[in-house]
Amino acid sequence: MRNPLSDRIVEIQPSGIRKFFDIVNEMPDAISLGVGEPDFDTPWHIREEGIYSLEKGRTYYTSNAGLMDLREAIVEYTERTLGIRYHAKDEVLVTVGGSEAIDIALRAMLNPGDEVIMPEPCYVSYLPCIKLANGVPVSVELEEKYEFRLQKEQLLNAITDKTKVLILSYPNNPTGAIMTKEDLKAIAEVVVEKDLFVISDEIYAALTYGMEHTSIASFPGMKERTIVINGFSKAFAMTGWRLGYAMGPKVILEQMTKIHQFCIMAAPTTSQYAAISALRNGDNDVEEMRKSYNLRRNYLMNAMKRMKLQCFEPYGAFYIFPCIKEFGMTSEEFATKLLEQEKVAVVPGSAFGACGEGFIRISYAYSIEELKRALERVEHFITTLREENKKK
Amino acid sequence: MREEILTMIEKNNKLSTKDLADMFGVDEVTIINEIAKMEEEKVICGYHTLINWDKTDKESVTALIEVKVTPQRGRGFDQIAERIYNFPEVKSVYLMSGSFDLTVVIEGKTMKEVAMFVSEKLAPLEPVLSTATHFILKKYKDHGTVMEAVTKPERMAILP
Repeated sequence: MRNPLSDRIVEIQPSGIRKFFDIVNEMPDAISLGVGEPDFDTPWHIREEGIYSLEKGRTYYTSNAGLMDLREAIVEYTERTLGIRYHAKDEVLVTVGGSEAIDIALRAMLNPGDEVIMPEPCYVSYLPCIKLANGVPVSVELEEKYEFRLQKEQLLNAITDKTKVLILSYPNNPTGAIMTKEDLKAIAEVVVEKDLFVISDEIYAALTYGMEHTSIASFPGMKERTIVINGFSKAFAMTGWRLGYAMGPKVILEQMTKIHQFCIMAAPTTSQYAAISALRNGDNDVEEMRKSYNLRRNYLMNAMKRMKLQCFEPYGAFYIFPCIKEFGMTSEEFATKLLEQEKVAVVPGSAFGACGEGFIRISYAYSIEELKRALERVEHFITTLREENKKK
Repeated sequence: MREEILTMIEKNNKLSTKDLADMFGVDEVTIINEIAKMEEEKVICGYHTLINWDKTDKESVTALIEVKVTPQRGRGFDQIAERIYNFPEVKSVYLMSGSFDLTVVIEGKTMKEVAMFVSEKLAPLEPVLSTATHFILKKYKDHGTVMEAVTKPERMAILP
């Protein structure tokens, strides 16, 4: 029989930490701090809208780009939160989660051999999506000393004459880092000067603490060269509804919509109706959840301080990214040992790129009680490790 | 910070002062002092436990009574409210807008006991014009908490 597989897909390595994830998922009694989704249920008025749309028999496809009413709500929400005005008709596309938007944005923009600058540590899908779109991923290693913010010099050093796209992902998963206005301004200037495009994954935009989120698309000359990606999963606790959106210049959105039309058709109808309520009546819910995350973030940061575990203070998303280099083992070894000895699951930083090595990602999408229980075990674990290391 | 502390402990008073201090990023002493102050000022009036008595062997019934009264000159509704809330059987008394004046929540061992209370103690009070007694059959949600809610983790244990 002939080889049934595509060489390109086979070449893409499954995530190196799949094995670790499998072990965790087979341990039902483990306490997890490894989840990348909110612990809140979707607010009831949003679920209620979904139920109502089903009762009404709204069980058909919507237009490819999504319900006009939803696109208009997205436009209003974006103007209200980011201060950028898009046209609902041809600059907004409703997708199946932010993930689809990332994939089709890359596919719409890349020609074979085009380089995509991808600051790491970052979300796990960028690299395979770039490769599937015939692009060449170019990693920029973000550094803890800069609190994992992309520096202008780092970007300049990575640019070649083949560079076409920069993926920006702030507030960041896994580090929790955010970019200040000044940081973004410097990056935007380079992007304009070097004639690049940006895919800005802003899925955690609503979740910042003590600092407002700014979109790179709001800088002069950037709107026409940026695809802003957002969605409902994190802000409105709607991960299972699978709904996101992309906004950007018509020329790119048109082509993205074409891909979307052929491989997705349209995002789920029920989710779209529910999402309208999320955008129009959900501000309070988001604020309540944000406040709650912030208290947990404080709680974790204080616990880190007490344990003397080095950790920069992150101002976004719902992750902290402490450094575990002092223990002289890899992130995966550390995470595996922590799981075996204390039954606490965290995600090794190396899952998010080579430069995540030496860090672990702790999610605070958990109740204080859960965090407390898990942290007691983490503390016991690292105290034991430190004592062992001293004896050596 | 006061309102924020209250919001937290209203839902969960098992959080220690140390936990609260870590959550708000302040000294534990600050939290202890603030709570003590609020207790003194009667902002915090007490600490209770939310119990689903239906799941125990204790027999009890709760009734909600709509009461119409004549307000007293110079004292409004306060005096009659006081005469009612001083009965230990009375769990709550609220002054209402609308078609009746006071909501009185009564708890007793049996329906008969509640009925006796209404007919012998509440209704005969001079300012009381009329009462309408409604027995609570089932508590679905109380103090913001769904009584029967089962919290089973639905999320995958680990996700990037």
